[in-house]
Amino acid sequence: MPALKLFKFIPLFFYAFFFILALPAQAGEESLLRLATTTSTEHSGLLQHLLPAFERDTGIRVHTIAVGTGKALRMGRDGDVDVVLVHAPAAEQAFVKAGYGIERHDVMYNDFILVGPTEDPASVKKSQSASDALARIANNAHIFISRGDDSGTNKKELKLWRDAAIKPMGNWYREAGQGMGKVLQMAGELSSYTLTDRGTWLAYRSKSPLQLVYQGDPALFNPYGIIAVNPARFPDINHAGAQALINWITSPPGQRLIGNYTIGGTQSFTPSANSGQFALGHEPASQAH
Amino acid sequence: MDSLNNATFEALQLLASGDSGLWNIIGISFKVSTTAILIATPPSLLLAFLLAYGDFPGRRLLISVFSTLLSIPAVVVGLTLYLMLSRQGPLGDLKLLFTQSAMVIGQIVLCVPILVAMCHSALQAADRRAWETARTLGAGPVRAVLTVMHEVRFGLFAALLAAYGRIIAEVGASMMLGGNILNATRNIPTAIALETSKGEFSQGIALGIVLLILAFILNGLLHYFQGKGRFAT
Repeated sequence: MPALKLFKFIPLFFYAFFFILALPAQAGEESLLRLATTTSTEHSGLLQHLLPAFERDTGIRVHTIAVGTGKALRMGRDGDVDVVLVHAPAAEQAFVKAGYGIERHDVMYNDFILVGPTEDPASVKKSQSASDALARIANNAHIFISRGDDSGTNKKELKLWRDAAIKPMGNWYREAGQGMGKVLQMAGELSSYTLTDRGTWLAYRSKSPLQLVYQGDPALFNPYGIIAVNPARFPDINHAGAQALINWITSPPGQRLIGNYTIGGTQSFTPSANSGQFALGHEPASQAH
Repeated sequence: MDSLNNATFEALQLLASGDSGLWNIIGISFKVSTTAILIATPPSLLLAFLLAYGDFPGRRLLISVFSTLLSIPAVVVGLTLYLMLSRQGPLGDLKLLFTQSAMVIGQIVLCVPILVAMCHSALQAADRRAWETARTLGAGPVRAVLTVMHEVRFGLFAALLAAYGRIIAEVGASMMLGGNILNATRNIPTAIALETSKGEFSQGIALGIVLLILAFILNGLLHYFQGKGRFAT
């Protein structure tokens, strides 16, 4: 009776149904925290350095979703994550102001830098300021790769062009729509300039044909903030877990771990939770609009 | 060429050394895709059978719809389901976004059109008399359906493999619905995308090799069964 053979598979199908029914319960457990963060914290390796310690200290498991800052904030707004760790102060302020998040806490900072081909065809190394550096690239019409993905780095880059009173347009300005790592690879392949955060650059430096061509302008300051998603909007999100992560990452042990994370011997992030010096609205004057 | 060789060599080392992160990713891929195909198959088979043997209004339209859905991009499936599963969406209360269940659902949606379209054409090609004979010999409808399916089992099997091949190698929907979370929703294709963007090419290639080996085994199985089919009939 050949047709009977098919019956043998029926238990398998039942197994599959029970499996999918069991999954949501597993995902909704109390000790699971969803963190939306930027590709720079993930790709630089910082989170793999921090989160195991947090999980050990608190017993809370963290699921990290690494996307651009724009998307991360959107996920927070929609209640799809419990906490966001991002780097776009203006957007973060708007996020809190609109009631999507509770309060922004300083976590750490590093800076943005310009990288480009070793021979530096646009003489960016001689720049006096970030605006000057961008002007040199634009005037030379040398290829510049933009993230083009509404990430924190992308927002910063667009602001820098605005501050330099340049409209980046033309064949030399290319929007990749990709993460930082991918953009660094593209810039390397195309021997072009791009803006990157220092953490990701340190992680990629050894594999990249590019080199650092400009740094140091206060306008390139890159602060990271952590915000718990507002539990008033989504009562069943893991707010306790979010608060635990915020407390931990801004506590002396968490800050120490951030401070001693090095890539190739170089510190990549500077902890800033307790300094107050870099709190929102107290950024270096040259960053004002 | 040099870097490709190096990356491939490192990849083989990673696989051989039993790197737990790597094998974890492979496990998640198989778990999710196998669950999806097991859930999707029974209703698809039933629907395909109804489309092949039934006679109801809208039958031809349904066939066209499923053939059209064959070419739906995975990211569109991902985006649509994302909006539905997000907390702001109609199914938000289920809290499925960024879980393996969400990935399973995405892959079900992706493989059902393949299963229906391919099973339908296999069943259509079956000799109608198998159905009639089975019924005349006193088989109930369920038994008769199973008899017909057994007649065209090789075509159905091919449909299953094609569908499995699509979902296990699919990156767009898994990335959007799963969120590429380490040890939870990071499967082979999303891991390849991530490792590539991180410049860790050897990890990417190692995972690519696993996918290729899997495709090879699946094809081998298909040929084995088809070969048997040829001799048996």
